[in-house]
Amino acid sequence: MVITTKSAEATVELGKKIGAFLVANDVVCLTGRLGAGKTTLIQGIAEGSGVKDYVTSPTFIIINEYQGKLPFFHVDLYRLENVDEIEDLGIEEYFNRGGVCVIEWAEKLEELEPKYCHEIKIKVISETERGICVSSALAARLKS
Amino acid sequence: MIILAIETSCDETSAAVLKDGREVLSNVISSQIEFHKKYGGIVPELASRKHIEVINPIIQEALDKANVKFKDLGAVAVTHGPGLVGSLLVGICAAKAISYSLNIPLVGVNHLEAHIYANYLDQNPKLPFICLLVSGGHTMLVMVKDHGKYKVLGRTRDDAAGEAFDKVARFLKLGYPGGPIIDKLAKEGNPNAIKFTRPMIEDGYDFSFSGIKTAVVNYYGKLSVVGSKLLVDIAASFQQTVVEVLTTKTIRAAKDNKCETIALAGGVSANSGLRKALMEKGQEQGLVVHIPPLNLCTDNAAMVGCLAHYLLKQGKVSDLKLPAVASLRL
Repeated sequence: MVITTKSAEATVELGKKIGAFLVANDVVCLTGRLGAGKTTLIQGIAEGSGVKDYVTSPTFIIINEYQGKLPFFHVDLYRLENVDEIEDLGIEEYFNRGGVCVIEWAEKLEELEPKYCHEIKIKVISETERGICVSSALAARLKS
Repeated sequence: MIILAIETSCDETSAAVLKDGREVLSNVISSQIEFHKKYGGIVPELASRKHIEVINPIIQEALDKANVKFKDLGAVAVTHGPGLVGSLLVGICAAKAISYSLNIPLVGVNHLEAHIYANYLDQNPKLPFICLLVSGGHTMLVMVKDHGKYKVLGRTRDDAAGEAFDKVARFLKLGYPGGPIIDKLAKEGNPNAIKFTRPMIEDGYDFSFSGIKTAVVNYYGKLSVVGSKLLVDIAASFQQTVVEVLTTKTIRAAKDNKCETIALAGGVSANSGLRKALMEKGQEQGLVVHIPPLNLCTDNAAMVGCLAHYLLKQGKVSDLKLPAVASLRL
């Protein structure tokens, strides 16, 4: 399902809805080019999951941890070159820690991508408009 | 007293030996080129496993360079957050082992606070002062009221300033690390050629750099041909935008809070445009501007040791239960 948002604020609002549906051990895999609005969407997802703090980019530190209704792990693979480096980091340990794990630049996970995860792809339509494609399980929760 | 300090919060593995808190006897950082060569080109990036490989040789090298033996140590200090938990744990475990076996105090240190204390290694900023902390991972404005007493006035709501430099450089295919490359190109370009958005420059002390990054991406995307003249203009205009936001807010924070001194900390203080603007505009406003040397601005253990010296004076010692705290706050 593709949802079109017309502004960064609308992207945050969509994120809030998604965040409210997430449960323990959910992994969200996010893709989209630089400046597409991945962090913006995650700010909404975090807020929807009950995180009160500012959610800032984890690019440098790779993983930021927050506490919402559940532990909230915000992962950013931007700086990692290949799947070996990701494996070295022990990223899989975050998938089943009873929290919500949201991953930016998830295409880099390759075979490490968990079998059951929610995929979200952000496409840039215009300067402000974004097409946000969500995978079926998440789409079903959003529709209900 | 001789303090051994250890820092492993992110990419850098570092150990330092300090005498009486301000005299740096050694400050070994794993990313130093000579060190790489010596240990077969190991780059201790990202993974805690890499920290484990180099932590012991680094500590030994710091002791050797300082001409100090384990038995001479009076305390051991270590960063316990914020950072990547796995990386932090390597430094913490090493520090605990040393503390326990030598029976000397263990001092757990906040990484952000340590960055501020880099200013005490070569100078003695007059309290209270405003510190602009800018690095790849952090961007914050802090009012240092007294030793150990801080007020965070503002911080980034999205990307850190250093991160914006890296991402813009990578997007423009200029290479890595982005900060120094853009800084160099910017010197040849016209900083007023393109007017990028300056988010939140007027209101409050919080920062937002994600929008500036996106503005550059959007601007570039609309161009059909990009000559080298235009590329240096983009670099110069982008840098000018970031520097102007940082400088404006820092000086305003000093004025609003009646501080006479501003200090810089973190890796982005290497940016010549930022150093120059902060120095010039700060002095124009009658402020004293402190900028530590570059090797003390980027992640290093000397700043950890310096802070530990002040913490020890206040009796703030940790026990062997000291945890790694990924999201430790100032």
